[in-house]
Amino acid sequence: MNAGDFSTILPLLLVTGWACVLLLVDLFIPRGRKAITAALSALGLLTAIALLLSQFGLEREAFKGMIVVDGFASFLQMVFLLSGLFGIALAYDYVRRQNIERGEYYTLLLFTVAGMMLMAQAGDLIVVFLALEMLSLPLYVLTGIARPRPDSEEAAMKYFLLGAFASGFVIYGVALIYGATASTRLSEIVAVVQAGQAIGGLLLAGMAFILVGLGFKVAAVPFHMWTPDVYQGAPTSVTAFMSVGAKAAGFAALLRVFLVAFPDVAPAWAVVAMWVSAFTMAWGNVAAIAQTNIKRMLAYSSIAHAGYILMALPAAADPAVASDAVGAVLFYLLAYAFTNFGAWAVVLALEKKDGQGLAIEDYAGLGARRPALALAMALFMLSLTGVPPTVGFVAKFYLFRTVLQADLVWLALVGVVTSLISAYYYMRVVVVMYMRQGEPEVRSEGWLNATVLLAGLATFIFGLLPAPLMGLAARAGLLTFLR
Amino acid sequence: MPTDFLPIAVLIALATVLAFLVVLIGHLFGPRRPTATKLEPYESGMRPYGPGQRRMPVHFYLVAMLFILFDVEIVFLLPWAVVLRQLRLFALIEMVVFIAVLLVGFVYAWKKGALEWE
Repeated sequence: MNAGDFSTILPLLLVTGWACVLLLVDLFIPRGRKAITAALSALGLLTAIALLLSQFGLEREAFKGMIVVDGFASFLQMVFLLSGLFGIALAYDYVRRQNIERGEYYTLLLFTVAGMMLMAQAGDLIVVFLALEMLSLPLYVLTGIARPRPDSEEAAMKYFLLGAFASGFVIYGVALIYGATASTRLSEIVAVVQAGQAIGGLLLAGMAFILVGLGFKVAAVPFHMWTPDVYQGAPTSVTAFMSVGAKAAGFAALLRVFLVAFPDVAPAWAVVAMWVSAFTMAWGNVAAIAQTNIKRMLAYSSIAHAGYILMALPAAADPAVASDAVGAVLFYLLAYAFTNFGAWAVVLALEKKDGQGLAIEDYAGLGARRPALALAMALFMLSLTGVPPTVGFVAKFYLFRTVLQADLVWLALVGVVTSLISAYYYMRVVVVMYMRQGEPEVRSEGWLNATVLLAGLATFIFGLLPAPLMGLAARAGLLTFLR
Repeated sequence: MPTDFLPIAVLIALATVLAFLVVLIGHLFGPRRPTATKLEPYESGMRPYGPGQRRMPVHFYLVAMLFILFDVEIVFLLPWAVVLRQLRLFALIEMVVFIAVLLVGFVYAWKKGALEWE
């Protein structure tokens, strides 16, 4: 262990340390002036972004392989830090008008971001588990932060119980894999498996358990049951952050663990991942049609998108396509982050007290009342569907192409068909906004508008000119240990 | 290899059988002469003064939880003390960081009034 090792986790250390300090500082900030806490936490995230940029392109292992720094990790950490900033911007006015302003909100957000950043860098199954807990525990609390609102408490309870159950699956899987290979280090596991010294049955069972546990975190069918209830019950600003950050962190772990540690047993997990992906796309999109509440609809939409991203896992089982698939996932996650934050910002602008203003019918007349906001929402809905001038289309195109490269034609077909189905419920929002008469009560808050503007611009511009971002994603490969 | 675990499997089987066996034998052959004293919840002579499930102040759970948090700290301190001489300065810094993190939590709980009992 040397000083160089610590430099690899500097942004992570900064966010964690800053969160600890902020927890204390916040105690001395009087109620009603929590804007200071918000500003300070945003400052911490911005500093971490600067630090991360200064060491972009670094590729090495640290702490004897426990921590890995590579393009994959740096790219995802950037996504997480940006999600944190968006999360603060969305929460800032919302928590105030909902009377749930607490300084802990921002501290917990920072802890979650730290957990996600650790997840991107994990080179050991124990670190994966540690990161999973580090990001989950603050999220459980954030879900219930609207206490004493019963729906928020109920959502937190459900999320906690099911999440703890899923964590149990992951750690049991880790234990079984340790039993099979006598190591939890990803680089050592792959060596043991390649030497043919692993105990096959235990290895398969361990992989299955990890897939189940992480499948829960990314909300893949059939482990998605918690998603609509939790997304609906949680304060909307938390839901927005959760739907982007937690999902991306789950996929970070899935890709890292399965592509680095188990490439030699790919046929075994690829089949399972393929079916899980197909069912997730199908069920997420079909169930979303029946929703009348926009939060529940977006929850099912996020399940469906987990299915799309999961397509990359069986595709990546083909070594020739693996790096393309990773690039496609990274680009998709970033595109999804922009689009989703934008859509949730619009939802936040229309939400009233006590969960009113969340029905899709409440969007009637938005096109006439707030043309710019309605236009942005239409753009986000198009991007979520995957229609051309948006970043969602490019992301889907890139992803489907890698799936086709891996000769999984039927899986790509499922993706295309379910995308067509999804157009129905996304376009319904647009139809209601423009073609129904109504007098929606809409907030106009600085940070919310800024988020919508930024997300809208990103969705549109990267839809037209995806090349720079795509190049960045394509170059952000996993550091594999066998070169 | 799986055969290495055979002794453990045998041990588990033996332990299970034995546990049931002991209870069963006692149940079958043991003499039973209950008296009023023997049937009391506490044979040590303490008199129960009410039902076991009473209402507790919710605050108790908070204090109990905080106690566990700081109690676990001691569990970590013990092995640390054992290897302190080998790891030297590194272990010391490590523990200072650990205690500092705990201290943050402690100050937070204190300032939030979690330790006060009204």
